[in-house]
Amino acid sequence: MKKAAAYIILILLISFQLYNVFAVQRFPKPEFESGYVQPSTLAPNPRAEALAILDVVVLLVTLSVATWMIIKKRSRDGVFWISIFTIAYFGFFREGCICSVGSVQNITYALFNPNYSIPISAILFFAVPIIFTLFFGRTFCAAVCPLGAIQDVFVFRPVALKSWVLKVLGLIPFIYLGLAILYAATATDFVICRYDPFVGFFRLNASFMMFMLGAVLLLLGVFIARPYCRFLCPYGVLLNLASRVSRKHLTITPAKCIQCKLCEDSCPFGAIDKPVQIKEKEESSKAVRRIILLTVIIPLLVLVGGYVGSRFHENLASVNHDVRLAQELLHPDKTQPESFEVTAFKSAGKSVEEFYKETASIVDMFYIGGWILGGFIGLIFGLTLTSLSIFKYQEDYTPNKGTCLSCARCIDFCPVKPEL
Amino acid sequence: MESSDKKKKGGLSRRDFINSSIRFSVILGIGAIGGKLLTRTQVRQMVWQLDTSKCIQCGRCATNCVKTPSAVKCVHVYSMCGYCDLCGGYFRPEVKELTTAAENQLCPTSAIRRTFVEDPYFQFDIDRDLCNGCGKCVKGCGAFGNGSLQLQVCHDLCDNCNECAIARDCPADAFSRVPSDNPYLFSGYDSKKKG
Ligand code: SF4
Ligand code: SF4
Ligand code: SF4
Ligand code: SF4
Ligand code: SF4
Repeated sequence: MKKAAAYIILILLISFQLYNVFAVQRFPKPEFESGYVQPSTLAPNPRAEALAILDVVVLLVTLSVATWMIIKKRSRDGVFWISIFTIAYFGFFREGCICSVGSVQNITYALFNPNYSIPISAILFFAVPIIFTLFFGRTFCAAVCPLGAIQDVFVFRPVALKSWVLKVLGLIPFIYLGLAILYAATATDFVICRYDPFVGFFRLNASFMMFMLGAVLLLLGVFIARPYCRFLCPYGVLLNLASRVSRKHLTITPAKCIQCKLCEDSCPFGAIDKPVQIKEKEESSKAVRRIILLTVIIPLLVLVGGYVGSRFHENLASVNHDVRLAQELLHPDKTQPESFEVTAFKSAGKSVEEFYKETASIVDMFYIGGWILGGFIGLIFGLTLTSLSIFKYQEDYTPNKGTCLSCARCIDFCPVKPEL
Repeated sequence: MESSDKKKKGGLSRRDFINSSIRFSVILGIGAIGGKLLTRTQVRQMVWQLDTSKCIQCGRCATNCVKTPSAVKCVHVYSMCGYCDLCGGYFRPEVKELTTAAENQLCPTSAIRRTFVEDPYFQFDIDRDLCNGCGKCVKGCGAFGNGSLQLQVCHDLCDNCNECAIARDCPADAFSRVPSDNPYLFSGYDSKKKG
C-alpha cells in the first residue's frame, strides 16, 4: 500500500516537472481512432554557420582589393566599383548586419560580461579593418564599409566647411563612441545598432523616424559629404587614430608635388592639408608659457569633465532596463495602468530587495562610467584646443592622415605623372 | 612624397620610429584583446530566442521586430494540444457560436486554421504568412487550454540582428542568445526530440 502511494507521489512530481506553470495540461491529448497522424511542430534552422565565415572572407578580399586599388593602382574607378559591391553585398544582401561599426559594442560587451560568448566573426570584423588601417590608412572607409559606401555615392555637390566647424563637429564621434562603450559595458543597449541610420534602407524596412533620419543624412550628404562618417561614426574615431600612425598612406601625387594647387579643393571632406610656411621662430618663452598653460588646462578639463559626467550618472543610468523598472517599482504611478514590465516582474517572483541591490550596483557602474566618460570628453576637448594652437610646418599638399577617407578622388586632379 | 621625407633625417625618422612603436603596441593590444576573447568564443553561432516560460504576451513581439511582419510567430506544439472543440486560443472568450466566422476568432489576422479531425476533436494550424506574432492566441491558450500555442523566433525569418530589437524592449526579459544547434525554447516540449 505504502509503495503504491510513493509511486503515485513520484509520478505526480515527475508530471509537475514536465510541465511548468505556463504549460498546464488541462485537457489530455486525445486518443484518435481514425488513424490521424499528428503533424510535426515547425522549427526551421537558422542560417548556416559557414555563411558567417564567408562574410569574413568577403571582408578580407574586398579590403585587400580596395587597398591595392588605392595604394598601388591609384584608381578612383576601382574604388567606386568596390563601393557598389559593398553596398550590394554587405548592404542589401547581408542587410547591414553585422558591420564593423557596431562590432565595437560586441567587443566591449564581451569584455565586461563574461557570460557572453562573442562570435569569431564579430572579433574579426572589429580587428581586421583596424589592422589594415594601421598599415595602409583608412582603405576600409574608402569602399568596404557599407555605411560609408552608401553615403559616398551621394556625394554630388560637396561644399567646403570652415576648418573650425570641422573640428567642433568632429568632437561628436568621440562623445558617441564614449556613450556607446558605456552602454555596451553596462549591458544596457547597443546604441550604435539602434541608431544606425542606413540599415533601414538595406532592409527596406524601418520605423518612420529612422527612415527619415537616414534620408535626411543621405540628402544632406549631397552637399556635406559623408555626414555620418565625419560627424557621427564612432568606429571612424578608432580608424582616424590608427590611420595617423599608418605605415603607408594614399598620396595625392605619384611623384613629387609641384605645388600647382590643382588638388587644393578636390577633397569633398576637407581632408587635404595645405602647405604651411615656416613661421618666424616663436620666442621660446612664449612656447614655454603655452606648454605650461596646456599642462594646466588639460588635466583641469579632464577633472571638470569627469565631475560633470558623474553628476549626470543617474540620467545616463535611467536608460537601463533594470534601473527604469526599479524606479517604477519604487515610485508607482497610480494614475497609469501597471506597465508590462511591472506585471512581468511580479509574475517572475523575484525578490524585490535582491533586485534593488542589483540595480544599485548598475547605478554604481554608471557613476564610475560617468567619471570616465566625462574625463574622456574633457581630454578630447583639451587635445582639440591644443591642435588648434599648434601649426605644423609642411611643404606640400598632402592628405590629412587622420581624416582622409582614402576615397582616391584627389588623385585624378594631380597633373604629375609617375616617375618611371 | 616618401623620398622627400627620407631627405630630412632627424625629425622625421624619429616620428617614423614613434609611429612604428605605436602601431606595434596597438597591434599587440588588439592581439591581446582578441586572444582573451577567443578563449571565450564558441565555434557555435548564437541566435536570438525568447523563453516561452517568461513571456507575458505583451504584444511587443509583433511591433518591435525590425522585420514587418515580425520574425516572431506563434508556433503550435501539436504534441501538447488537447484538440479541444472550444479552443481558448482560437475563439474569443465571450463567443456564442463555435463557428469559424471571423468575429468569433481571437486572432486579429485569422491566421489560425481549424480543421475537423474526428468527433469532438479539431486540429489547429498557424498560417505563418498571416501570423504577426501578437500573442493573443498564446495568451488565450495559456489561460484556458494546454499552452500548446507558443511564441518563438522563427529562424528562417529572423535576421539574427547583432542586438535583437525586441530583446531590449521585452518587459519580461525573455530574450537571450542561444546556441544555433538548439535554437528553440518551448516549454514542455523539446524541438530536438521527435514528436
Ligand atoms: S567613418 Fe565609419 S561609417 Fe564612415 S566609412 Fe568609416 S567606418 Fe564606415
Ligand atoms: S583620398 Fe583625397 S579626396 Fe579622398 S578623402 Fe583623402 S584627401 Fe580627400
Ligand atoms: S516582448 Fe517579451 S513578453 Fe512581450 S510578447 Fe514578446 S517575448 Fe512575450
Ligand atoms: S493571435 Fe496573434 S500570435 Fe496568434 S496566430 Fe494570430 S497573429 Fe499569430
Ligand atoms: S533578431 Fe531581429 S529579426 Fe530576429 S526577432 Fe529580433 S528584431 Fe526580429
